[in-house]
Amino acid sequence: MGMIDWDAVQTAEHVQRGEVSAVECIEEALLRIESTNPTVNAFLHVDGEGALAKARFMDHNLTREAKANLPLAGVAVAIKDNMVTTDMPTTAGSKILEGFRSPYNATVVELLERAGAIVVGKTNMDEFAMGSSTEHSAYGVTRNPWDPNRVPGGSSGGSAAAVAARMVPLALGSDTGGSIRLPASYCGVFGIKPTYGRVSRYGLIAYASSLDQIGPLARSVRDLARTLHLIGRHDEKDATSLDVDTIPESPIPTALQSLRIGLPEEYFGEGIDIRVRTLIEKTLDQLRESGADLVPISLPHTRYAIATYYLIAPAEASSNLSRYDGVRYGLRVAGDDLIHMYQKTRQEGFGSEVKRRILLGTHALSAGYYDAYYLKAQKVRTLIRQDFDNAFAQVDLIVTPTVADLPFKLGERDLDPLQMYLTDIFTVTTNLAGIPGLSQPVGLVDGLPVGLQWMGPPLSEDRVLSAASALEAILPPPEWPLSGGIQE
Amino acid sequence: MTNQYEVVIGLEVHVELKTQTKLFCGCANAFGQDPNSQTCPVCLGLPGVLPVLNGEAVALAARAALALHCTVNSYSKFDRKQYFYPDLPKAYQISQYDQPLAENGHVTIQPSDGKRDIGIERIHMEEDAGKLNHLGQRLEDAEGSLVDLNRAGVPLIEIVSRPEMHSPEEARQYLVELRTILSYLDISDLRMEEGSMRCDANISLRPLDYTGSLADLPRVEIKNVNSFRNVQRSIEFEISRQRQLLQTGQRIVKETRGFDDASGSTYSQRSKEEANDYRYFPEPDLPPLVLSETWLQNQREALPQLPDELRQHLAQRGVAERDVEVLVQDLNLYHYWSQVVELVPDVRLVTNWLLSDYSRLMNAKGLNFATPQVSADGLASLLTLITSGTLSGKMAKEVLEAMFETGETAEAVVKRLGLSQITDRNAIKEIVSAVVAANPAVVQDFLSGKEKALTFLVGQVMKQTKGQAKPDLVNALLREVLAAYA
Repeated sequence: MGMIDWDAVQTAEHVQRGEVSAVECIEEALLRIESTNPTVNAFLHVDGEGALAKARFMDHNLTREAKANLPLAGVAVAIKDNMVTTDMPTTAGSKILEGFRSPYNATVVELLERAGAIVVGKTNMDEFAMGSSTEHSAYGVTRNPWDPNRVPGGSSGGSAAAVAARMVPLALGSDTGGSIRLPASYCGVFGIKPTYGRVSRYGLIAYASSLDQIGPLARSVRDLARTLHLIGRHDEKDATSLDVDTIPESPIPTALQSLRIGLPEEYFGEGIDIRVRTLIEKTLDQLRESGADLVPISLPHTRYAIATYYLIAPAEASSNLSRYDGVRYGLRVAGDDLIHMYQKTRQEGFGSEVKRRILLGTHALSAGYYDAYYLKAQKVRTLIRQDFDNAFAQVDLIVTPTVADLPFKLGERDLDPLQMYLTDIFTVTTNLAGIPGLSQPVGLVDGLPVGLQWMGPPLSEDRVLSAASALEAILPPPEWPLSGGIQE
Repeated sequence: MTNQYEVVIGLEVHVELKTQTKLFCGCANAFGQDPNSQTCPVCLGLPGVLPVLNGEAVALAARAALALHCTVNSYSKFDRKQYFYPDLPKAYQISQYDQPLAENGHVTIQPSDGKRDIGIERIHMEEDAGKLNHLGQRLEDAEGSLVDLNRAGVPLIEIVSRPEMHSPEEARQYLVELRTILSYLDISDLRMEEGSMRCDANISLRPLDYTGSLADLPRVEIKNVNSFRNVQRSIEFEISRQRQLLQTGQRIVKETRGFDDASGSTYSQRSKEEANDYRYFPEPDLPPLVLSETWLQNQREALPQLPDELRQHLAQRGVAERDVEVLVQDLNLYHYWSQVVELVPDVRLVTNWLLSDYSRLMNAKGLNFATPQVSADGLASLLTLITSGTLSGKMAKEVLEAMFETGETAEAVVKRLGLSQITDRNAIKEIVSAVVAANPAVVQDFLSGKEKALTFLVGQVMKQTKGQAKPDLVNALLREVLAAYA
């Protein structure tokens, strides 16, 4: 097994023991990016020089003891381009932020760097995280490393593709309605959306503030756990950040015999690709055979989830994106007067999907419509949360498919935004309820990955990770796209 | 339709809170600094930033609410008020919409027809916007505009009165009393010219036979008038403008108007029909503001003595009603007064001196009681010289003026000018006897009933003592000596 196959924990252990240098780790990642990124287009920006300089500093200046205290020593990490960084540009996949350089780092970036991780680049995404395919970036589509004609999922498609193509062992994504778990599923990697408030949002460019949450994408459950252990800290710069104990650094696989798992009927109905259903059911059988108690449950308000999500998220987005007005930073397109400058800047700076959601959200908040749309959606959101409360009174965890189908072809859903929105149908509920959700690769069908989703009560990340770890142990090791990369 | 109208006025007052830092970030809350020097990613509204509520601002706002007799809500929340403007970096202002910090208070005013409470509908917290400096007159036709965001994020409270004032004078009284109360709390600079206190006035004329809801009357809002006097002037203008419109059968348009200081008139800014839809919704980045009863109790206990309590206290000390108001309006003056009264218990004497001669000298020098020219101790020793009879009132005035000029103590001035009053009974009696002996004709006049003759004799004695004899003593001794002639 070569360096390319190491997960983040393995990489850090090698660096800590002095068996490989941080520079070697970063060089490996850069080489891999050089060979595969032209096809995949996972990265918007790669800072090879900067990353190597940090690696050299670590190699030359840190003692072995110092490195032993860095849980991610020398680990190359990719950051979704909606988390601000001082060393690299931050665009959120939008033309309106072209050339923008933040004067401060996102809290998560600070925490990862403090743990020895080295940021090598910023990854592509649907503009402002609005999308399920990473086709809505102002900087070109990202391709699925399993099949370059297919989408990687979105919006954290760049991060998922970078991990799947083994350019980096670890990446950060953000998840507002499924944006970590969906691309994790489509790319065959692990990804977790933590409990709302677990990870600081300071420095995350807001899409929908009450739903956004940062989380890791990786090639093993333990990498997710170690990363979440490091970034899941209370942050006084984020008033919605929870002041709770961080999760354990390493999950202990759950004894599956002790686990009561709920299978919500609403997530196993019609509309699921038969190949996905077959593989998920096979996995459920394996859980059952290992002694887990699988019980049918109901989450009756699930059918309102997409409608609810597409009122709340665009409403908040319409407000969050107002600041991109051309006055202080980013794109400014000259106009005849102030209003004209606003109009031209936003007209040229935002892509069509962003404009669609700004319009949706602006309408939902307008005088005379607020009660019928936004307020009503908030009430339904409460009902969806209560569904989960009721369910978790009966079961420890819930399992569903992450997404109803296999990665679709580029451009396939371009003309039908509604069909695109339905891609998120199994993932949006955890955002609305604020609970953790994890997508785990469970195998391939027709050469394309399938993901299974774990959902748990608020702050149950340790339980979710332990269960995923137990399943990981009984499944064959995940496969990765052709070992030499797609080009070969 | 009647030609008789009742004036209906409601005021919205914005007050900047004097906190160490801004409402949602750690930037210094300081006035008059270099443009954009008091800013950070949060108040600049950069991508990715989040607000964190400043606890000091909540405490100051709650104290204002309690002092204005409001109910402070144990649960309130923040909302986003959305509009595009270059001085508003996020394109929304974090404010409080439907669940404000406090409600249902009042301010007592004293119009000629007796005391009345003007209701306060609500007090809410919000962040201030930045400032634009136009290279030209107005944003619309400016060559360019410079944005200074030092003020962006400074904490404000907005105090919304009920529409319960009926004349410009009542509006003025409300503002004066409101500012007096807030000044006691020391939570704001309260300077209208610097914008730390700002006032918008809503004015409508209600036909006396109108029975509908006040909210349905066409209302004109006058924005951002920069002094109490101009608030009063703008309301006066607006009343006559509206009255004239109504009396000539025209309609009043619901709109926002500005006030032009030079002409004393208001002008249309924008009509409410084309006003913004602010699309308020709950601020998702801030949890609701939940205040415990203990916390509120602490704020209640932190309240200083308030104007009404002081009024009562001063009345009990025997200060005349008119003087009470002067003391209540100027806390520095009152503090000075209390220090002097501690040393010289004659409340009337102290109050008279302080409010007349001392204040006149202070005004002449353009000083206020935050930095008194003569210390309370200094004034007290001067007044003690009066009560002990060493100085006459007239002499004391001269001494005080010298103290103001040179900074000397009262004793030093008295000594330097040789001013001390002669109170030695025997010394005066000797002079009195001599004067009486030297003026037999005048004495005769007095004895024949001409009281005026006595004044002449007093004058003679004063002349010989260079004015230093104690006048009432001279009087008494003269009568005593003259009695022997009768």
